[in-house]
Formats: sequence, structure tokens, C-alpha cells
Amino acid sequence: MATSSVSKGCFVFKPSAKKKKKTLSLESYFVQGCEDAESSETRFRLCQELWDKIKTDTEVLQDELNRKILDSLLDFTRKCSSTRQNSDWASQMRASEIPTAALMLGVNIPDHDMTFQSLSDMLKQSVSPHVASVQAKECGALKHLMKKVLERLMDTVVVVDDEDEEENVETSPRVHRSVHCSLGILCDWYAARTKKSATGTPGKKRSSQVRDEQQQPPVVIIFKDLEGFNPRVLQDFILICSQYIDRLPLTFIFGIATSPSTIQHMLPHSVSSLLCIELFQSLSCMQHLATVIDKLILTSHIAFKLNGKVMQVLIGVFLYHDFSVRNFIKGLQLALLEHFHSQPLSVLCCKKKKALFNVTQLSKPNLDRIRQLPSFKRYVEKQEAQEQVNLMTDDSHLKEVCQQLIKDLHKYHKNYYPILRCLHTLTSSLPRYPLGKQIRELHLICLANNVWENEDYQSAMKLVKMLAKGELVSLLQKCVEILQLSKSKKMKNALVQLEELLARFKQLDTATEMTTTVEASIASPIKNLRKKTDLFQLQKTLLEMNESRRAKRLSPFENLRNEALEFIDNLVKSHLSPPESQPLYEVCYYSSSATVRRHLNATPRTSIQAALSNPYHYLQNDSLKSEDGTVSNAAPDICIAYKLHLECGRLINLYDWLEAYSTVVLAAEGNDPDSEHFGKVDEVKHARFIRAVSELEFLGFIKSTKQKTDHVARLTWGGC
Amino acid sequence: MKILACLHYFILEGLVQCLELKIWSLQGCCHYPSILIYGHRASGKSHVMHVLMKELELPHATVSCVECVSIALLFEQVLLSFFGCDAASLLPRSPSLSDFVRVYRQQCSQSPAKQTRYIVSAVGDNVTVILLSEIAWDKFRPNTGCFEPLLLHFPDYSKSELQQILSQNVHSSYSAGFYSAYINILLGVFYSVCRDLRELRHLAALNFSKFCEPLAEGKVKETDTHKLWKHIEPHLKKAMQTVYLREVSRSELFKEAGALRGLSAHTHVELPYYSKFLLIAAYLASYNPARTDKRFFLKHHGKIRKTNFLKKNEKTSNHLLGPKPFPLDRLLAIFYSVVDSRVALTASIFSQISSLVTLQLLAQVSHDDQLDAPKYKCAVSLDFICAISRTVNFDIVKYLYDFL
Repeated sequence: MATSSVSKGCFVFKPSAKKKKKTLSLESYFVQGCEDAESSETRFRLCQELWDKIKTDTEVLQDELNRKILDSLLDFTRKCSSTRQNSDWASQMRASEIPTAALMLGVNIPDHDMTFQSLSDMLKQSVSPHVASVQAKECGALKHLMKKVLERLMDTVVVVDDEDEEENVETSPRVHRSVHCSLGILCDWYAARTKKSATGTPGKKRSSQVRDEQQQPPVVIIFKDLEGFNPRVLQDFILICSQYIDRLPLTFIFGIATSPSTIQHMLPHSVSSLLCIELFQSLSCMQHLATVIDKLILTSHIAFKLNGKVMQVLIGVFLYHDFSVRNFIKGLQLALLEHFHSQPLSVLCCKKKKALFNVTQLSKPNLDRIRQLPSFKRYVEKQEAQEQVNLMTDDSHLKEVCQQLIKDLHKYHKNYYPILRCLHTLTSSLPRYPLGKQIRELHLICLANNVWENEDYQSAMKLVKMLAKGELVSLLQKCVEILQLSKSKKMKNALVQLEELLARFKQLDTATEMTTTVEASIASPIKNLRKKTDLFQLQKTLLEMNESRRAKRLSPFENLRNEALEFIDNLVKSHLSPPESQPLYEVCYYSSSATVRRHLNATPRTSIQAALSNPYHYLQNDSLKSEDGTVSNAAPDICIAYKLHLECGRLINLYDWLEAYSTVVLAAEGNDPDSEHFGKVDEVKHARFIRAVSELEFLGFIKSTKQKTDHVARLTWGGC
Repeated sequence: MKILACLHYFILEGLVQCLELKIWSLQGCCHYPSILIYGHRASGKSHVMHVLMKELELPHATVSCVECVSIALLFEQVLLSFFGCDAASLLPRSPSLSDFVRVYRQQCSQSPAKQTRYIVSAVGDNVTVILLSEIAWDKFRPNTGCFEPLLLHFPDYSKSELQQILSQNVHSSYSAGFYSAYINILLGVFYSVCRDLRELRHLAALNFSKFCEPLAEGKVKETDTHKLWKHIEPHLKKAMQTVYLREVSRSELFKEAGALRGLSAHTHVELPYYSKFLLIAAYLASYNPARTDKRFFLKHHGKIRKTNFLKKNEKTSNHLLGPKPFPLDRLLAIFYSVVDSRVALTASIFSQISSLVTLQLLAQVSHDDQLDAPKYKCAVSLDFICAISRTVNFDIVKYLYDFL
């Protein structure tokens, strides 16, 4: 199987964030190597604006999503501190237990940081100033955990004996020399602090109850990743804390990634009985992603769009690999940057007014680029001959047309999303979900091709026809609500029509009594049916019956239903066409899925092989350029050795390999193959060869073997 | 309340021991430089000592060995509680036992104290050390030999003692007789499975509100024990199943109603698609012998029966033996044969393995430093992996050697 040593560089988490460089250099980075340098500044500014908007939007979104669970956590800590001061029976019975919140966050660990950050901020703001959060990796031993907790609570440097932190002690005057980490110190500190604050701010207007709480604010310790902690350390820490619980109002918050039963796995009963655990479940990452997509992708406010394949890659990374919403947004950011960097026409990818203005500013090469766009070419072909000529030659005419096209594109987006949502509400509750459970699946279908030609769409429409009246009406009602949010003219028209249909559905209720006449004629074929026993005949009559029923016996409800569905179908056909059908769609849509994939889902092995077999790819040295996959003689030693080893079988004779290597290298040096020194291996070449071989071994392409002397075994298969 | 419980204990059971202790302590305990008191959890060791020291007004220091991670911390704590922080600051940075003794002597001469000092659970010099432990002395005895401490065993509480102690926590709005009747019922149910005072107190707190329900509704009088028993019995029976698990959270206690949401009820873990398959592959690698991989994952393995594979010592189930370590290569090989689509070997596959390790679903067996060919173990249960494989439509039982 695959080589293990290739993979060893990859046992790390993804880098936490692509940190932005200084803004000054950022622009120059962007402009550098950017196509069409003159518009690059505008593009950079547009890109920056869009990203800032996306960023603030996601932050607001995140806060909203987390609000519920954070609020309940705040309530929990508040309640804990207040019940501790109360003296009712139940809380007295539990006075010796440490209140603990088990916060279930899901397996997407990279996302947790943000939640914990806002949690501790909110706690500090509204409940208690004493909040410390600890991570598993900084707490290998009990004393380290103790030290971190004390440091973060007391804001000082604490001495762990036997550690060389003397300088720290001297620099911080507040620390008494003998401050060892023990909770006793913390207790004294806490008592001093609470006394001070109780006497310190009497003048402020507060209700007495609030002041009581203020006097005894809880000390909150957040364990960010419970799974990572050493169980022994955690057990000891909890044991110690429980001895001080009467003096120090401690509260724990456990961040759990897997399931709550981890607590039982980690802590024995003697320890877990010291805790009073309450469970908090955070929003699942699926819902989180759905909201993010809903707010960022399925909206006409953000001009930048992803095409189907890029969406697929981003969603694939999320579902298959990491479940991390943060990485999803990072992917979006990458696509955004790439789009503005590589597409000169992205100057038009902004708000409508700005875009219309930018059209007038387009330079000559950019206008030519527009003429080259496939979507524009298609548009031109549809025009009359004279118009075609005008478009291809007259720049000012082209600008005018472009303005119109940009307007159309914006209109398209304004209509697309409401209709998409309507279709989703109609189809998302159907059995077996022919058009997907999530709106993103429907969106992907619509991006790919004409959705109404899709088989799933047909079957979904059939299923919608089978809905009971009540369900259908309530679904249509939901559609009305969606359309009400939209401001475009066409949508308003559609809304009026839909409301009319709904009103007629309601009228039906009153008119049902009138339509109870047509039973008799159905009865007659059934009578005939009884006479015949032939199977073929039976089938035929049944089919006929079916046919006749469908043709003739449509009740008013059925009529109306068909009308409604036809109306929806028309809406879909006129508004849900894929973006490729729109001229100038390239301006807004980013389509290079390969780039995104390469950046987000790196394949270390492929890049190593590419580097070895085609060094020019990375080194960009002209002497390394070679035709059809062969390696030039001037390539680095390891590339030559790699190339030669590809020609061998499973076992490689080292001496033959060395010979071949030296031949290639000599040829590179321009030696005459007929001279007398040819074929002799000098020491330098020998050393270079050995280094190349050991590098290959390090990369996991070969390994030493005992099967044959002077041979090494190949670990990969396939040759050249 | 606790002190009351303690005193009760003295009167009931520990009278003799208690008197003895008193005598020793008054005599100065020169004959017994150390005393070891041992007994199960919550059998009143600390409380007795605490009350004793307080009653007799003896100078003493109480030190918890869990908290004192180093000997320096221990010395410091002792000095701190005897002489205040001035003395504690005299200790050098990394003190030895002799440093401790020196400082101790010095302090003694400054503040002459005639009485012997008692250090509860520590190590000392001319002081009496009283060690409290849940473990018998035999486990502690060092090889080098030392003073044998005086051993004192605190036996577990009997049922009637438990009844007395638990009855001390009377709810203020109910009479003592009513509460002790409740405790009586509680003990009747739980005494056979649980004799831990702490756990029983937890149970008492948990179920009392349920017990009072008919009273609050006005259906039953306080004295009608039989009806109350009828009412509470099913609840206690239910609680029996979750003794020691602490299933019910605090919110339940306050809300007194609502669906039971225990900790172990949530075992479902959502994982990314490939992580699920990686975990399945890891499970297979851990519980199948490596020889059998060929039979499970090769297309043309021929008909090989289980008996052909069996070696003599392999009759026992692999599931009884627990997970075995496997190298990364094998994990990936199995992963590629179980996953149904073509997967590029990307960096995120590798990072998923390491995040499975941080989630403690996999355990890394080899040392962290060993980057070359790391080894792992699968750390999930059969139920868990079955649930996971059901979500991806993978019949894991078919691939397990034990269930062949």
C-alpha cells in the first residue's frame, strides 16, 4: 500500500487562519501577477468590500445562531451562583457539588474557538469577571493546569516550583515570592477581591439582589476540549476543587466534541459524583451550514457567485472531510480572491449602479475580452446580422448593450432565488425527496442544467399533484410568504396571481356541495368489468377507465390544482434556467473548481510525484524544460534517480542504478561518451547518488531489503 | 448537620474508638508516631478527625495529598497552617526534609508550644501523623521498613446508622418524622445495591420532591405512609436502574418534570463521511487478525473457511481480547477497500485520522515522536461502530472475523 513516510508531514490540523498581511502589502500582492493591471486596483477594492461584507454577515450570523445556547449557559451560571447563596433545602443538599455545564459542540473542533471566545466574553460582561478557559494541550500535568487556571483568573504569573521562571517572578511585583499554585491562594485572593468590590462601588444604583450576586460572582473554568485532557489530571483537579467548593463558588464548563458519555468514560464515579452536570446541546453543524448557505450564497445581495462545480467542491469538503463551517467560509474567501485576481472583467461584479458605471469605464482590451466570452458569443449569434456587426465593431454600442445585459443579470438573480425557495418549499417534504432535502441540493441541480428537463423534477411534480388539498394550500401559502419578501416587479406579479389562486382554493370549500353529481357514469364500466374474465380485456378496460377518469372527471379542485401547478411550472421555466444561459454570467460566477480543490484539499503525494517527474513545475528553470515527460539531464539528482528507478522492477540492483545514474550525469556535463574516463564513477558522483537514494528512501519510494544483497525494494508500482 | 451526624456516629458506634483516640492524644502519642485510619469512602474518617481536633483544640494541619503535587508544596502547607505565611516563606526554593525540620525547629523555639502537633495525612518529625485513607496499610508499606503506624479501621455504616445520618437533612417545611419515614422507604429500596452515604444522599435529594407530590396536591396526609409508598415506589424502581450513573441533571431536580435526558442517552456522534469509514476501517483492523484481510477484502480470495484460519490459541473471540494495534498502512488499505467511491489520498484524510485521535475514538499506540509508521488502536465499542456503519449502509458484521 501507500508509503507511510510520504504521509507523515500531514499529521497536523489545518492552519488556523490565513492571516492577512499588512493591508499595504496586501494590495501589492494582489496587483502582482494579476491580469490586466490597470483595473486591478478597482478589483482589489471591490474584492475587499465584498469580503468585509461577507465577514460581518457571517459574524452576525454566528452570534445569532449561538445566542440561544449561550443565553442558556449564562442563565445556568447565574442560577448556580444565586442558588448557592440561597438556602433552600434542595440547594443545600447539593452544596458540595460543583455545578457543571456539559456543552456538546460536535466534532468540528476548528469551529469551537469562536463559540468559546464569545462565551467567555459574554460571561465576563454579564455574569462574572472571573473566567478562565484552558485547553488540553497546555495542561499535561496537574501543576500546569493549576498554574494556567490561577494565572488566568488572577492575571499574574504564578510560580510552579522546579521550573525556571524566576525572571517572570521578578518582573511582576504583584506576586509574592511563595505563591505556589494551590487553590488556597486562589481562595484568599477571591475573598480579598470580593470584599474589595463589595465596599468599592456602593454609590452605583443597583437593586440589592444584583449587588448580592455581584458580591459572590462565580468562578468559571472552561475546559475547551474535554476529550484531550489527561483523565488523571482532570480527576485530581476536580477532587481538589471539590475541597474548596464551600469557599470558592466554582463552576465548570466542559466543551465536549463527541458524546456526553465521555464524561463517564473519563471520570470514575467517585469523581463524577462531585459534579452536578447539566447538558447543553449546540446547533448541529449541518444546520449551521444550511443557514450560512441560505444567508451568503442564496441571496442576490452579494454579487459574487459560485458555479455548480465550485459549490460541489466546497460542500464536498464540508460533508466528507471536516464538518467545519469556518473552513467553508475560508473556501468561499479563496474563491472570491481567485475570481477577482484572475478575471479582469470582475470589475463588473458589484452592486448594480457601480457595475453600470464601471461598464462605461471599460478599456479597449476589456471590451475585447467581453467579445471573447462564450456566453456573449452565444448572445451575439442570436442577434440579427447588422446587430452582430455592430456589437463586434462599435465599442460604444457594446457598452450600451453591456449595461442592459448587466441589468438583466441582476434581474435574473432577483427572480431566481425567490423561485428557488418556492420550489424548495413545495418539494422538500415529498416522500423520498426527489429534489433533495436541503435547498443547496436543489440549487446545485438548478446550476447544472435546466431543472424542468430533469426526471426528478417531473416525478416531484407528479408527487405534488398527489398532495391533499390542505397540504397543498399550506405549501402555497408559504410560497406567498416567500414572494412577499421579494421586491422585483415580476415577483410581485407572480405574488398577485398566486394569491388569486389561493383565494379560489378557499372558495372551493364553500362550493364543494355543488359538485356531487358525476358518480353515475363511473359506475357503468365497473358493471361491464364484471362480465369479462379475460385478462387482456380486463387490463384494457382498466386502462380506459383510468383514462376516462382523468380526461373527464376532473373535479373543480383538480382543475384548480393543475392550474396552480402549471403556474409554478411556468415560473420555474422562466426563472430557474442555469446561469450559463445568461449573457455575461462569467462576470459574477467563479468556475475554476480545480483551483479550489487544489488549495483546499491538497494531495501531498501527487505534488511529490509532480516535483520528481517534472521539476520544472516547481523550479521554473528553463534548462529543466523538457518535452513529453522525460527528465532533462540537468534536473536535480533525486529527479534523475527517481526517473531511473521507475524503469526497474520490484527489486532494484543498486550498482546498476549507480551506473545508469552516472551515465546520465556525465552526459549532462557534456563529457564525451567515448573518452577513457567515461563510465568510471568518481567519489563526488557516488556521494551524490547515495544522497539521492536516501532521499528517495526518506520519501518512501524505496526501502532496504534482505531478500537480495545490494538490492533495494520498490514501494510503489507502475513505471514510465 | 454533618457534625451532628458525626456525633451521632460517636454515640452509636465509634464510642470505644473515639475514647481511645482521645486518650492517646492526651497522653502525647509518643508511642505512636503515626496512626493510619482507613475505611471506605464516606465512612466518617475526616469528620471524626476534624471534630476531634476541634473539640480538643489541638494545633493541627490538614493537608490533601492530591493537591500537593510536590514535597515543597506539602511542607509549605504544613508550615503555613501552623505558623502563618512568614514561616512558609523561610523555606528554600526546592526544600528537602531537613530544611523543613530546620524551619520547623526554629519556629518552635520562637513560639514555644508544649502540645504535640498533629498533621493529618502528612509526613513529619516529632509530630503525630494521622493518615486517612481508603486503602489498607498493606498497600502502602515501603520496602525499606519504617515505623509501623497504629492501624484503625472505620467500618461501613450499618443500615440503622445510615438511616440516622440521612434523617438529619430534614427539609425545613416538613416534620422530622415524615422525612425519616421517607428515608426509611428509600433505604428499603436502595440499601441492597448501594451503601455509599454520598450516593444515598444524592438519591434522597433527587426523589424527595416526587415523594412530596401527593402531599402538595392535598391527596394524602403526612402520616399516611402506605399511600405515599404506593406513589413513590415506581419512581424509585426507575431510579434503581441508574444508580451511580448520575443520569438526572440538575435541571430535572428543579423542574421536577420533563423527559428523562440522561448523559448516556446521547451516544450518537455526527462525523464527516470519510471519518466514518476511517473509523470503520480502524475497527476492522483492530479486531480482525491481519492474516484474514485477504479473505475479506480481496475479490478472488477463493473459498476459505474459518476453520482453515483457526490456530489453536485463537479460539477465543477477538472482542474479548480487546483491540489490537495496527499500522497506518493497514488502516489506509482497509479504508480504500471499504469506501465505495474513489478517494484521493489528500491531506484532509490524514488530518481526519489525527482528529479522530483527539476525539479519543482512535488511540495512538506508538509514541508521538515516531512519525514513521505510527500505530493506532480503535477505541470504540461494537454498538457504536454498528450505529456508525448503519448510517453509511455498511454491513460491518459481515466483515468481522468473530462473527463469521
